[in-house]
Amino acid sequence: MLSFILILIAAAFFTGIIIRTKSIFSGRKGPGILQPVKDVIRLFRKGAVYSQTTSFVFQIAPSIYFASVFMAMLVVPFGQYKGLISFNGDFIFFAYILALGKFFSIISAMDTGSSFEGMGASREALYSMLAEPAFFILMGSLALLTGHLSFQEIFATLHIGSYITYALAILATFVILMIAMIENSRMPIDDPKTHLELTMIHEVMILDNSGFDLGLILTAGYLKFAVYGALIVNLFVGVIPYEYTIPMFFIIQFLVAVAIGTIESFMARFRMGHNAQFIFALTSVSLLIFFGALLILGKFI
Amino acid sequence: MRIIEAFVILPLVFAFLIPFVKEKGKGIIVIMVILINALLSSYFAVNSLLGKSYEFFLPGSLISGLIPIRIDSLSGWFILIINFVFITGCFYGLFYMKAYKKQKNSISLHAISFIILHSTLISLCVIQNSLVFLVVWEIMALSAFLVIIFENEKSATVKAGINYLIQSHVCILFLMFGFIWAAIDQNSFDFKNISLFTSGNDGKAIILFLIFFIGFAIKSGFVPFHTWLPYAHPAAPAHISGIMSGVIIKIGIFGILRMILLIKPDYTLIGYIILTVSVISGLYGVMQAIIQHNLKKLLAYHSIENIGIIGIGIGIGCIGMGSGNQTLTTLGFAGALLHTLNHGLFKSLLFYTAGNVYQATHTLNIENLGGLVKKMPQTTFLFLIAAIAISGIPPFNGFVSEFLIYNGLYSWLHNATLAALITIVFSILALVLIGGLAMLCFTKAFGIVFLGNPRQQFNHEVKEVSLFQLIPLYLIAFFIVFIGLFPDLFLNVLNYPVSLFTGILDKNFKPFNTVVAIRSISQTMWVLILVVILVFSIRRFITRKKSIVTLTTWGCGYVGIATKTQYTANSFIRPYRKLFKPFLLIFKHKKNIEGIFPDSAHYESHSYDKIEKMLIDNPIRAYKSFLGKFVFLQNGKLQFYIIYGITFILAVICIPIIYKIFFIFIEFLKQL
Repeated sequence: MLSFILILIAAAFFTGIIIRTKSIFSGRKGPGILQPVKDVIRLFRKGAVYSQTTSFVFQIAPSIYFASVFMAMLVVPFGQYKGLISFNGDFIFFAYILALGKFFSIISAMDTGSSFEGMGASREALYSMLAEPAFFILMGSLALLTGHLSFQEIFATLHIGSYITYALAILATFVILMIAMIENSRMPIDDPKTHLELTMIHEVMILDNSGFDLGLILTAGYLKFAVYGALIVNLFVGVIPYEYTIPMFFIIQFLVAVAIGTIESFMARFRMGHNAQFIFALTSVSLLIFFGALLILGKFI
Repeated sequence: MRIIEAFVILPLVFAFLIPFVKEKGKGIIVIMVILINALLSSYFAVNSLLGKSYEFFLPGSLISGLIPIRIDSLSGWFILIINFVFITGCFYGLFYMKAYKKQKNSISLHAISFIILHSTLISLCVIQNSLVFLVVWEIMALSAFLVIIFENEKSATVKAGINYLIQSHVCILFLMFGFIWAAIDQNSFDFKNISLFTSGNDGKAIILFLIFFIGFAIKSGFVPFHTWLPYAHPAAPAHISGIMSGVIIKIGIFGILRMILLIKPDYTLIGYIILTVSVISGLYGVMQAIIQHNLKKLLAYHSIENIGIIGIGIGIGCIGMGSGNQTLTTLGFAGALLHTLNHGLFKSLLFYTAGNVYQATHTLNIENLGGLVKKMPQTTFLFLIAAIAISGIPPFNGFVSEFLIYNGLYSWLHNATLAALITIVFSILALVLIGGLAMLCFTKAFGIVFLGNPRQQFNHEVKEVSLFQLIPLYLIAFFIVFIGLFPDLFLNVLNYPVSLFTGILDKNFKPFNTVVAIRSISQTMWVLILVVILVFSIRRFITRKKSIVTLTTWGCGYVGIATKTQYTANSFIRPYRKLFKPFLLIFKHKKNIEGIFPDSAHYESHSYDKIEKMLIDNPIRAYKSFLGKFVFLQNGKLQFYIIYGITFILAVICIPIIYKIFFIFIEFLKQL
C-alpha cells in the first residue's frame, strides 16, 4: 500500500522534473513541475477524434495499456513493505503484464492503417523484445544472491551482504534506468521531442490518439517512470525503517528524474540501426551482474 | 474390456458405411463416431486422472503375443487433449468442408481417414506392445497423410504430403530400430521389458533413449527434424492443420515422456540434451515464423517454437529427476504437460481462424490481406485471444504454463552447480527471447491481416463465416480464458501425471501452492480484469457526452486514399530481419528505379529455411550428384535393361553358390 501511494505521488512530479531540468539546462525558465498533470487533466476533459480506419482494438487499447501499467505498479514493493500484490515470481508477472500493454499499444498503432504508426509499432516491438532479457537476468541474479523469488523478499534481503552488493546495485541501477528509458521511449533510444514522424518510436504510435485516450496513455507513461524509479529505490532501501526510507524514496526519484533530464539535454539520439545493439548490450551488463553474484556466492571455486 | 472391443469395432463399421451415404450423412457419421469414441475413451481417461490405473490384455496373435493395454494418468491426460481437439476440429471441419461438397470421393476418403486417425491416436496412448504400437503408428501416419492431401489436385499439396510421408517413415525407422533392439534381447514385445532391458546399463539406456528421442522428435518437430512441418500445415485443410498442430505432433511428446518413464537413463544427461535441443527449437522456430508471409506457414513455425517450450519443461523436469530435486521435476513436467494442452487449444484456434480467413478471402498471403476486422469481427476477436495466449501474455493460458517453467528455472537457481547456473541463465534468456519474438510475430500477423485497410480488392464478397462454424472456436476460446483464470483447477488434475515422474503421491506435497503461487496468479488475473473493466467504464462514463469526430488517419496533411502507403508485413519486420540476418536465409529479386525516365521496377523477397538447406537439401544434392555419375547405366536402350535383368538374376543364383564353394575351399584350406 505504501509503495502504491508513494509511486502515485512520485509520478505526479517525475515528468515535470525532467522537463524542468531540460529547460534549465537550455537556459529557459520552463513550465511548472505539475504542468504534465495539468495537461492530462485538460486532455481528460476533451472530446476525441477517431480515424475511420480504426476498430474496437483502437478503443480498448489505451485502457488496457493503462491497466497494465497500473497492475505493474501494484506489484512493486517498497523495501520490506510488500506491494499490494506479492507472490513468488511476481517479477515475471511484472514484465509480462507490461508486455500486455505493449501488445495492445502496438496493435492499436497498426489499427490506424498509417504508414508512420506501423513504423513506430515495428520498432517498439523489436526494442522491447530486446530489452526484456536484461531485466529477467538481472532479477535472476538478484534472486540467486538472496535466495528468494518475489520482489519484496529479494529487495528486503538484498541489503544484508558485503560491499560488493553495492557495486552490483549500482550496475543494476544502470540497467534498470536504461530499461526505463527504453520502456518510456526516452533519449538515447528515442527522442520524445523530435518533430519528424520518421524518427519517432513511441510518439508516432499515438499520433491518432486524442482526448481521454491520449490522457490515459500519457498518465501510464508518467506512472511507468515512477515505477522504474521505485525499483531503483528498492535496490538501496532494504530493511531500513520507513522514517528514513520515505525521504530517501523521494530523493532518489528526484535524482533519477534529474539524471534523465541531464541525459536528454546533453545526448543525441542514437541512430535507429544502432539502437538494437545498444539495447542488447544491456543484457551483457546483466550477465556481468550475474557473474558478480556468482563471485559473491563463491560458485566459481 | 467390452468397451475396448467396442472402441475398436465401432470406427471400423462406420468407416465402411461412409461411402454409401450422402455428404450430409457422412458428416453426421463422422461426428457421431468421434463423439462416441471420445466418450468411451474419456471415461477411462478421467478415471485415470483421478488416480485409477487400468490394465487389460487383448489376446493378440501368434506373432505379437498378448497385447497389454495400460491406461495411466499420463495416457489419460493426452487422451483428453486429443478428444477435445478432435471434437472441436470435427465440428469446425463439417462447416469448413462445405465448400468442397462436390468432391464426393475425396470427402469419403477424408472422413474415413479422419475417424481412423482419431482412434489410432488414442490407441497409441494406451497400447504397450511394441509390435502393435508400430503397426498402429504406421496406420496413424498413413491416415494423417491421407487427410493432409485432401486438396490433391494441387501439386504443392501432394509434394508436402510426400515430404511428410517420407519423414514420418524415417521416424518409424528409428522407432522400429529401438523397439526391435529391445524386443530381440528380451524376447517379448511388452513395453515393460524395455525397462528390464535397460536397467543397470547406463550406456545402453542412453543410446536406446536417444534413438527413441530422434524418432519421436521427428514426429513432434524438434529442430533439426522439423522440416516436414512447415509444408504439411499449409497444405492441409484448416481443421486438419489445427488437429495436426494440436495433437498429432503432441503424440511425439507423449512418446518422449513415455520413454522417459520406461527407459531409466541418466536423467541429468538426457535432461541437458533435451533442454539444448528445445532451446534451439524454440528460438529457431519463432525466428523463422516472423519472416513467413503465409499465415499458416507462420503458425506452423510457431508450433516448432511451442514444442521447444514444452521441451524446455521436459528438459528441466528430467534434470530435476536426475538430481532428486522434486520441486524442479514437478514444475518442469507440470509446465510441459500444461503447455501441451494450452498449445493444443490456442494453436487449433489460430488455425481455425486462419481457415476462416482463407474461406472468406481465398488467400493466406498476409501481404494481400488487411482490414478484416470490419468484415469479420468475430474471427478477429478470436484470433486476438489466441494471439495473446500464444505470446504467453496474461491473463490467458499461455502465461500460466510459461510461468510454471520460469518458476522451475528460477527456483532451481538456489541449489545449482556452476554448469547448471549457466544453463539456467541461457534457458531464461531463450525463454524471454521466445516470448518477445512471439509478440513481434503476432502483432505483425494480427496487425497486418485484420487491422488497417484492405491491401487488395477481392472480386467476391468477404464476409464472416456462419455462427455454427464459430461455436467450436468460442468453446476453445472459453477454455483459453478459463485456464488463465483458474489455473489451480487444471494443476490439480495434473497431480497424478506429474507424480508418475516424481514418484510422490503425498497429498501434502503441493509445490504449485508453495513455490509457485498459482492461486495468487489466478487472483491477480481477476484484479487485472477488474482494473481493465473499471478503467474502460470510467472512460465510457466521462466521454459519453463529449464530441466524437471521425476523420481520416493522420498522414502529415495528406488526406487521400492511403491504403498503398500502409505498413506491410515485410516492412514491419525489416529491422528484425536486418538484426537476425545470420540466422535467416532470404532471397531478394529486385529491379531498381534507374535513369531519368524509369521504366517499371519491382521488389520481391522470399525466405527459406536455413537448416533445411543445410541438413536436407545439400545432402540430397550431394547424393544426387553422386548417383548422377552412374546415369550412363540408364541409357534408355531396352537391350541394356535386359542385360541388367539377366545379370541380376544370375547374381542372385550364383552368389550363394560361389559363396558355398568359397566356404568349402576355406574349410579345405583349414584341414590342410
